[in-house]
Amino acid sequence: MNQIATLTPQLKTVEQAMQNTVESPQPPRKWYRNTWCVPAIIHRSLRSGSLSFIGILLFALLWQSTANNIDTSLGQFPGPVQVVEQIQNLYSEYGREQQRRVDFFARQDVRNAQMLEADPNAEIRIRPYTGRPTFIDQIQTSLLTVSFGFVIAMLVAIPLGAVCGLSEPIYNAINPIIQLFKPVSPLAWLPLVTMLVSALYVSEDPLFEKSFVTSAITVALCCLWPTVINTTVGVSSVDKDLINVSRVIRLPTHTHLLKIVLPSAIPLIFTGMRLSLATGWMVLIAAEMLAQNPGLGKFIWDEFQNGSSDSLSRIMVAVLVIGFIGLILDKLMLAVQRYVSWDKQTVLR
Amino acid sequence: MQAYLEISNVGIEFNTESGTFRALQSVNLKIAKGEFVTLIGHSGCGKSTVLNILAGLHQATEGGVILDGKEVNSPSPDRAVVFQNHALLPWLSVYDNVELAVKQIFRGQKSKAQMHDWIQHNLELVHIEHASSKRPHEISGGMKQRVGIARCLAMQPKVLLMDEPFGALDALTKAHLQDSLMEIHSNLGTTVVMITHDVDEAVLLSDRIVMMSNGPAASIGEILEVPLARPRSRLELADSAQFLQARQRVLQFLYDKHKYPGTVAA
Repeated sequence: MNQIATLTPQLKTVEQAMQNTVESPQPPRKWYRNTWCVPAIIHRSLRSGSLSFIGILLFALLWQSTANNIDTSLGQFPGPVQVVEQIQNLYSEYGREQQRRVDFFARQDVRNAQMLEADPNAEIRIRPYTGRPTFIDQIQTSLLTVSFGFVIAMLVAIPLGAVCGLSEPIYNAINPIIQLFKPVSPLAWLPLVTMLVSALYVSEDPLFEKSFVTSAITVALCCLWPTVINTTVGVSSVDKDLINVSRVIRLPTHTHLLKIVLPSAIPLIFTGMRLSLATGWMVLIAAEMLAQNPGLGKFIWDEFQNGSSDSLSRIMVAVLVIGFIGLILDKLMLAVQRYVSWDKQTVLR
Repeated sequence: MQAYLEISNVGIEFNTESGTFRALQSVNLKIAKGEFVTLIGHSGCGKSTVLNILAGLHQATEGGVILDGKEVNSPSPDRAVVFQNHALLPWLSVYDNVELAVKQIFRGQKSKAQMHDWIQHNLELVHIEHASSKRPHEISGGMKQRVGIARCLAMQPKVLLMDEPFGALDALTKAHLQDSLMEIHSNLGTTVVMITHDVDEAVLLSDRIVMMSNGPAASIGEILEVPLARPRSRLELADSAQFLQARQRVLQFLYDKHKYPGTVAA
């Protein structure tokens, strides 16, 4: 009896608590609760951060256990452990190669100095270093190529999209061509681009290598379309009231475009540019692989042809790096978009 | 009456997929300088079309509009429009929104400093000067509409055209804005043509209420003079016989139209 008497008030408070929750619905309880009163933003990022960590950990475990059971002609399929090993290897290879390069130039300097000492009029030749490109060099080449291709594409796509958005007849004329070329794979363009570049890009002292230009143009051809289409939509869907405002105050055409149409289209233009950059990065790897242009794609192909017991792990490293760079590129574009866009309210993802 | 703004025999047809649609038929109206006229009628009766023709945003199929001795055939800052959803550029601050219009209209007429003073003056007229550096999404609906009005006043229009300017606002905000508008109207003597759905608003603000018949081929059904003395105070008018009578007339007209709609059009 005593026990029941002491329990009743507790039951009452539970009941009250339940009623309270009905009146003011609490957010559903998460497994991670803010019991130490950490600031909300840190609390939130801790929660999402720890969830991401758990996701990655589970994935790595699953990957490792599956990989251990797969045997290929090039040895066991690489798991996370082998990949981490190869990351260290590739990095130290890069360090060694850098050292070799420094040594090469040091030797050359010494040799040249000796020649000058012997004969002040001696003809000095400075030879470039022709070492094997390392993984890090390939990453740099790939990044340079994709940026170059992306910039070319944007220089064409944004004006083209703007023209299509502004003029219905031009849109109708160009749209079938866009629709026709949009689904074409980069690999289909590649032979044509290669031949075109070798036919047209003839110069005694070329600024860029031919292979670089070929990859960049292939990238540009494929990442053109998302930006063209999004810019067209952005430019043609300006709020009708805003256009009427512009008509009433009689803005001249260039002011109208600059002050009303362009800012209004900016969010969609950036959406297009983000899609384009992602496409461009995917296309680049394929193009490099097929055309044997320097870059990450070539690295993968070379490793595959090489066929050592480390090859698969090294390819896996490349896969992860490609993914990671793609992620960074997208985040960079997102940051630029957030900075440029006037529409701070929409949540950009 | 010497008409400042004259709408004579205006009709308009639109080409739709199911043939031509006649929205307005023989609309005639003369408006004196400084007069406050409201257009009232059921949805889809062509009020907005009349306003758009006055603004020059639509071209009448027949008939025409003359303002201050000149034919209206294209949009112009002479006939500034306050849009229902304020139509502010979301990427510009309140000040910049007004500045865009002022810079365009007074280029070569006012110096930079004069323009700045003029923009400030107009923001003060609508009591929004404290928010001049805010973006539209940072201010309330009523404030946005104030900015829309300031932008139009800054154009020094011959006629201020208002397309249901307070339609989307709550009752209290609406009352504040109506008071502001009456104050501006009496101070500046602007000629105003305003569309509204709100009978009280029409009676409170107007010198004349133009009641439109239902479309298609809508026209002016009846014009009611509102003989209330200005300045008007909404509290005193609440039980004024004249106010109630005018209100009754408008309601009666709208109710009759609703009961016997002209045709099937909504």
